[in-house]
Amino acid sequence: MGIAFYLVSVLTVAGGLAAVLLKNTVHCALAVTTAFAGLALLFLQLDAQFAGFAQILVYIGAVAILVVFAILLTRGSETPKGGVFSKTWLAGLAVAAAIFAVLGWAVLQVAGSLPQQNAAPAVTVNQIGEALMGRYVLPLEIIALLLTAALIGAVIVAMHEKEGD
Amino acid sequence: MSPLAGYLLVAALIFAIGLAGALTRRNAILVLIGIELMLNAANLNLIAFWRYGPHPEALTGMMFAIFSIAVAAAEAAVGLGLVISIHRHAKTTDLDEMNRMKG
Amino acid sequence: MIQTLDQIFVLLKHWLLNFLPAAWQPAVGVVLSVVCIIGVFPALFAFTTVLERKGIGRIQNRLGPNRVGPFGILQPIADGIKSLTKEDIVPLKADAAVHFLAPIVLVVAVFMGFAVLPMGRNMVLVDMDAGLLFYFAMGASTEVSVFMAGWSSRNKYSLLGAMRAVAQMISYEVALLLSSVVVVMMSGSLSLVKIVAAQNQYSWGLPHWYIFTPWGFAGALMFGIAATAETNRSPFDLPEGESELVAGYFTEYSGFKFALFFLGEYVAMFSIAGLGATLFLGGWSAPLAALQFIPSWMWFFGKLMVAMCVFIWMRGTLPRLRQDQLMNFAWKFVLPMCLLNLFVAGLWRFMGDGLLRWVICSAILILAYVGMGWGEMKRKHLGPRTYRYAE
Repeated sequence: MGIAFYLVSVLTVAGGLAAVLLKNTVHCALAVTTAFAGLALLFLQLDAQFAGFAQILVYIGAVAILVVFAILLTRGSETPKGGVFSKTWLAGLAVAAAIFAVLGWAVLQVAGSLPQQNAAPAVTVNQIGEALMGRYVLPLEIIALLLTAALIGAVIVAMHEKEGD
Repeated sequence: MSPLAGYLLVAALIFAIGLAGALTRRNAILVLIGIELMLNAANLNLIAFWRYGPHPEALTGMMFAIFSIAVAAAEAAVGLGLVISIHRHAKTTDLDEMNRMKG
Repeated sequence: MIQTLDQIFVLLKHWLLNFLPAAWQPAVGVVLSVVCIIGVFPALFAFTTVLERKGIGRIQNRLGPNRVGPFGILQPIADGIKSLTKEDIVPLKADAAVHFLAPIVLVVAVFMGFAVLPMGRNMVLVDMDAGLLFYFAMGASTEVSVFMAGWSSRNKYSLLGAMRAVAQMISYEVALLLSSVVVVMMSGSLSLVKIVAAQNQYSWGLPHWYIFTPWGFAGALMFGIAATAETNRSPFDLPEGESELVAGYFTEYSGFKFALFFLGEYVAMFSIAGLGATLFLGGWSAPLAALQFIPSWMWFFGKLMVAMCVFIWMRGTLPRLRQDQLMNFAWKFVLPMCLLNLFVAGLWRFMGDGLLRWVICSAILILAYVGMGWGEMKRKHLGPRTYRYAE
């Protein structure tokens, strides 16, 4: 594990923490964009070029932009009166901490038996395309349907309600 | 320590951060952001297992991650559409104030 | 001799690297290429600003800059000195950190795109397997910087400009991607080097450029429209509409940061023009087999400059669109045409050689174009402007 892994991990975790803790909603959105970028870099370190670039394209190019749009449309950048955290924040934090403790414990328990460094898999985009169009063609078609449905659904949900309805 | 364990720990941390965000924030959009972080942590796990697993040439983990990214995009679009629609209806995105089933 | 001239930059780099110990060579080689990219495009930018101002001046029946140096060609130096010595003003209520980061993110993202563009034979920084995807990923990142600039300025014009810009860029990015997909379908690769190699073949002395096919021609037109909108150029320059929004999302920028924004936007034009040339105009390949003696990098930069001249010409000629016209055009005309073009490209691929596929593919595209244009005109979505006055 090189120094690059630690740097990128710190960047990603810091972005995630800032996204959860900051007061201003737009700052949170920008912080989560940093976390997404960090995750894309982690994908690239794992030799998953295609997934890393897809991550940047989808998350930074589309999801982050959608989020900031939604924040501006709902005037969400104004800090609410009752603070930014929910009334039941302690319970939420406890649940998250418990889940992290369980996951971390599980990983550390088996850390010794996990596979060590192996050769980077030589996967080309060509192979990914063939897998998508061959073995995974049914999931691909279902995803296409899902995306179409989501597109139409999002438009209908966010459409102006007609007067008198 | 095996490199895989490092990636799994980072993924677990990001998942917990996302969960904490989703459970503690009041703003509906930030809850969505938390959920996105959790999905991303899961993707990191999938990619890490693909990379260090026994059969990387089968591309299973990679495919999972790619499909998961596509599903997350759909989820974000619909989720934010719902938030905007609720904001138009109730004039708020504060989840603590959304305590009525009746519009 | 021709070979040497063609590869002059590659050979020069190797010659320079030979002075270094072998362990350093890869790293220094990358640094050298990056420095070249960072040097060449701003220089080209300086030259093109004069060209643009002169050209627009001619179109508008005036002289353009003519004071600094012979025929005003030293104008960019004067402009540069002016923007570097100006005071850097940050609004009092601005979000200082985001305001500072926005131009940096833009410039970095824009320059990253050049990493995968082949600028000549063997002249590419990294030949990535997923090069095109990398390019689009970097292009998508510029949207974040535009939003950061507009939001952090705490100025309604900036914010409106940023919202317009982001909405426009997201809408036209779909068209940009879909119009490029036909090229990927035909060349069978996302690597820009392989896409150029697929077009660098000749039959009867004519090149196999993708623009010389029905789907390629339609794709190139759609790509050009989407690229113009992506770079916020006229007639899609609403985000910077001076008469409405002062200067759009960078209204509150001054001095060096303003120069960075200006540079970033302009270099993004070079980059997208280079991508268009690579995808549809054969990249660095010569337009005729007989002209192959001219070095490949000259062809690339020549095509780049031709595309820039088209940008300038359009800016001088076309009036600005209205926001709803812009959106309707993207979603109701360009997007359906791109989807149809995907279908036509598939048809072309499986119909085999012969005149028939030319006729059928062209007929489908022309019919769709005429039919959709007629329909939109009829429903007044793209019709002439109507003016309403305040009562």
